Amino acid sequence: MTLQARYARDRLVEISIILLTLLVVVPLLIIIVYVIMNGFSALNLSFFTEELGSPARAMQGRPAGLMHSIIGTIVIDLVALMMAVPFGIATGIMMSEYHEHPFSPVARLMTSTLNGMPAVLMGLLAYALVVKNTGGFSALAGSVALAFVMVPIIARTTESVLRITPWSLREAGLALGLPRWKVTMSLVLPAARAGVITGILIAFARAAGEAAPLLLTSFGNNYFSIDLTSPMDTLPQRLYSLAISPYRQWHSMGWGGAIILLLFVMITFYVGRVVIRKLEKYTNS
Amino acid sequence: MSSVEQGQAVQSAPAYHTNDRHPAPERISGEAPRMQTDNLTVRYGVSTFGIRDVSMPVFDRRITALIGPSGCGKSTFLRALNRMHDLGADIEVSGAAYLDGENIYQPGVDPVVVRRRVGMVFQKPTPFPTKSIYENVCTGLRLAGIRRKSVLDEAVQKALSDAVLWDEVKDRLKSPGGSLSGGQQQRLCIARALAVEPEVLLMDEPTSSLDPNATMRIEQLIQQLKQQVTIVIVTHNMQQAKRVSDYTAFFYVGEMVELAPTPEIFSSPKQPRTAEYLHGTFS
Ligand SMILES: Nc1ncnc2c1ncn2[C@@H]1O[C@H](COP(=O)(O)OP(=O)(O)OP(=O)(O)O)[C@@H](O)[C@H]1O
Ligand SMILES: [Mg+2]
Repeated sequence: MTLQARYARDRLVEISIILLTLLVVVPLLIIIVYVIMNGFSALNLSFFTEELGSPARAMQGRPAGLMHSIIGTIVIDLVALMMAVPFGIATGIMMSEYHEHPFSPVARLMTSTLNGMPAVLMGLLAYALVVKNTGGFSALAGSVALAFVMVPIIARTTESVLRITPWSLREAGLALGLPRWKVTMSLVLPAARAGVITGILIAFARAAGEAAPLLLTSFGNNYFSIDLTSPMDTLPQRLYSLAISPYRQWHSMGWGGAIILLLFVMITFYVGRVVIRKLEKYTNS
Repeated sequence: MSSVEQGQAVQSAPAYHTNDRHPAPERISGEAPRMQTDNLTVRYGVSTFGIRDVSMPVFDRRITALIGPSGCGKSTFLRALNRMHDLGADIEVSGAAYLDGENIYQPGVDPVVVRRRVGMVFQKPTPFPTKSIYENVCTGLRLAGIRRKSVLDEAVQKALSDAVLWDEVKDRLKSPGGSLSGGQQQRLCIARALAVEPEVLLMDEPTSSLDPNATMRIEQLIQQLKQQVTIVIVTHNMQQAKRVSDYTAFFYVGEMVELAPTPEIFSSPKQPRTAEYLHGTFS
């Protein structure tokens, strides 16, 4: 092959990679621009300081907002995260570090099943477990449903990052006379922390966008509530109900809410990136 | 290879050799074994032997060098002495290894306790990458229950000085272990192993990544340690084996061919295979 032909081929591959990347990035940009165009006008001060109230409120032009949904999302997602992280990491450790343990294949089967399950089923699961037994919709039930979404994601990423930490690290710890659990907790897990945190962020972002599991659990609330035992509002579920409502003012608030949800996810990843970079700087400096 | 066949037709009995089921320590005058293996065999999977029926003593507070061609089972043997094979999937250990007369492979023996008494420095440097230099050395001490900062500080300084690293790191004890150069990392690992004051120290080519100066100082350290510690050292450097060790064991294709006092094995090896290897490496 001539040199020129090789250059041409190089160029061809490069161009197709760029085109394929654009194919992914362009729709994303379109979504973002579209959401911002539609929702920006709804973002005024009362959007962040007021609760939604009845439809009449928005129709009559009285101040209404999604403050209660924003706070509800943060509360429900954080509670879910607190429940999911220990289980997710523990399951990941079980699958990676104790793969000879009889429970390990069971854990693997369970996480892959949960992973493939539609999110609405997580809602049903939490409905059966929590709502049925406590006698009503509650924020807590919503957190449980979202925790079901998060656990398999955290477990699988934890497992895979633990597996790629070098075996020699474990041996070095064992050779010092560290017991196995200590090697896992104080050497292997910290060495894999950037990956584990990434997994937690992905799980968090994924759960933050889910509406389906929340419809049957935290249910939604037009008014501000911080009580975990009663219904609470969340952005994804609120977007859904605003979108299917017959009121024009509510539609535009829905677009505004979508901007906030996008920002929420983006900020999550940004903060995560910064944290991870800090951690990696320490290890490599 | 014809030399192997020759080797199997043993003319004169070696001091110790494979399949010698009850090697009598008195045949090497006046030495007491700290460890003793009995037909120790390690298999990787069903077909690969790492080592095969190795029976040899490790004498108390002496330095034993393990020599032999690459892949002959030196590391495998070393790792069998503190049960490092335990977690390897598909690795099967049979036979016995005694530490002060107790078989460490006996049911009921806690490998964690064995490893606290029998320390190890690996062929490749393995610092704990997320822990600081200070913490790297401290980890084992904390495990032993030492909490007092002053005691820890002192022990860390001593271990790092012994491992010829103190001067280079004394101003950066808080930086991560992974930030050191390869040779520095290896010395950090030596310091880490020394800090817990093991009774037996297994060293797998500890100086292969060090410059001549550091190598010399580590060799001096090993000589000093001999006062308290029993040392087994793997080396590809015959000069090093000659310089530091009291006994030398020659391994070949998974078997321990010959163990003898170092001057003897280098001047008059009893096994033809040993002689062949030594001549091969020297000429
Ligand atoms: N984890 C493993 N899985 C399978 N085979 C192995 C494994 N480790 C070692 N072996 C095999 O066991 C034999 C002995 O290996 P070992 O590492 O003990 O040699 P060595 O004498 O230390 O060599 P070197 O001087 O190169 O370090 C070799 O044939 C090697 O291929
Ligand atoms: Mg080796």
